[in-house]
Amino acid sequence: MEFLSYLISGICLGSVYAIIALGYTMVYGIAKMLNFAHGDVIMIGGYISFCGFAYMGLNGWVSLLLAMVVCTVLGILIEGLAYKPLRQATSLAVLITAIGVSYLLQNSALLIWGATPKVYAPLIPLVGPDGAPNALRLFDGQLSISYMSIVTMAACVIIMALLTWFTSRTKLGKAMRACSENKAAAQLMGINVNRTISMTFAIGSALAAIAGVLLCSFNPTLMPTTGSMPGIRAFTAAVFGGIGSIPGAFLGGLLIGIIEAMAKAYISTQLANSVVFSVLIIVLLVRPAGLLGKYVPEKV
Amino acid sequence: MSLLEVNDLHVYYGAIHAIKGISFKVEEGEIVTLIGANGAGKSTTLKTISGLLHPRSGSVSFDGKSTLSIPPHKLVSYGLAQVPEGRAVFLQMTVAENLEMGAYTRPPLEVADSMAKVYDLFPRLKEREKQIAGTLSGGEQQMLAMGRALMSRPKLMMLDEPSMGLAPILVEQIFDIIKDLHRSGTTILLVEQNAQMALSVADRAYVLETGKITLSGTGKELAASEEVKKAYLGG
Repeated sequence: MEFLSYLISGICLGSVYAIIALGYTMVYGIAKMLNFAHGDVIMIGGYISFCGFAYMGLNGWVSLLLAMVVCTVLGILIEGLAYKPLRQATSLAVLITAIGVSYLLQNSALLIWGATPKVYAPLIPLVGPDGAPNALRLFDGQLSISYMSIVTMAACVIIMALLTWFTSRTKLGKAMRACSENKAAAQLMGINVNRTISMTFAIGSALAAIAGVLLCSFNPTLMPTTGSMPGIRAFTAAVFGGIGSIPGAFLGGLLIGIIEAMAKAYISTQLANSVVFSVLIIVLLVRPAGLLGKYVPEKV
Repeated sequence: MSLLEVNDLHVYYGAIHAIKGISFKVEEGEIVTLIGANGAGKSTTLKTISGLLHPRSGSVSFDGKSTLSIPPHKLVSYGLAQVPEGRAVFLQMTVAENLEMGAYTRPPLEVADSMAKVYDLFPRLKEREKQIAGTLSGGEQQMLAMGRALMSRPKLMMLDEPSMGLAPILVEQIFDIIKDLHRSGTTILLVEQNAQMALSVADRAYVLETGKITLSGTGKELAASEEVKKAYLGG
């Protein structure tokens, strides 16, 4: 029963990583760049939703919506101002810019909200008004799954399903796939590549806002650096699953979450990160393109 | 007024002067071919017309409008389609999805109808409708690239080396299709290294040598010309 409860907390953590990883992987797939500022968009999402319910008196869900709107706009702005001028530049220049944007966001948050951590109220309170835990109790109460965890896991599955539908069925989604394969050919079809990239950042950033709210609901201390570590782990998850692949990000996220939870429970809390990254290294040695990544040989 | 008019075009890659002031025309209903050796600037010319490359000077007008300031993705709806060098089909998408992308700028209601026409022309593609384009043979990929370009219902279709990498029998098939397209009223600008095949279908032809047009005339004239024979037809 203990194992099951660790497994569920791992899946739950993994669901958050998966949502973040989906943002990384979509942007990488289409713009062929690693947006290292993605983790910090998560943090901004956390702060905006915090402002929503703590200062503006909004409902938690409305705050989430507000965070999604703000992050979407932020994502489009970041892409338009920082990355778009570098479309022809080397990937190293883009990477360094992304790291710069990451610091810019962290320090802006420090300036606006200060260094003192905010105590974040979970989207669904962990304890009900009567003092009993807000959780689903199974096996005569031996296993308890908080409603927050259920919502998180459901959100991840729904997002994954929606994205799969979007990229395989809609015109814009197909255009995104076309851009990710061959930008020049996509342009010759009449696809506006710049607008498509912008849309991808918008979607990724809206997902980051959701991830921010979920993340802060589990780890209630909100600081300007809140997004960086989960950002890096989710990036790991995206690479693990095969960067550029949507199901890969989902699988990678879940596995990283589960491995992390298991390592914390059965090996050592301090070593959890080492275990996670060791697994990543081993997987990449065996499958360089990641679990579900396609190794595309280049025809010469 | 010609459908396509290129005037004194100069294109550079960095310091390299790739196209040195070429001018040519394509009239409505014609097949015009640009022949020349590897590196003569044939693909560069097509990429400049479709807006993927920007010339240093010169002008391109299509259907009476100057196109140089128009981004490539907008030119499609003016009626310009290009079958790129090396086919450039979307390898991870299905045949049907590739065709849909070709109709990206067209109204959704029209897509099924255009697709039926393309399948009539290329029954092979119909058979492979649900297949991922990366699994098609080279000849089938060329058909797909041509079908995809037709989906936008172009006034002018530009083909960049359609015979590249194909077995002789497939090259003949592809050229038969080009003739069919021409008969059904599509204007074609064909860029080819395979001068013999290109001249056999072309109404008019231009010979491009290191960025300059050195000869021009009807397809028959050039096929009979001693210079062309010597340089390109192995005679």
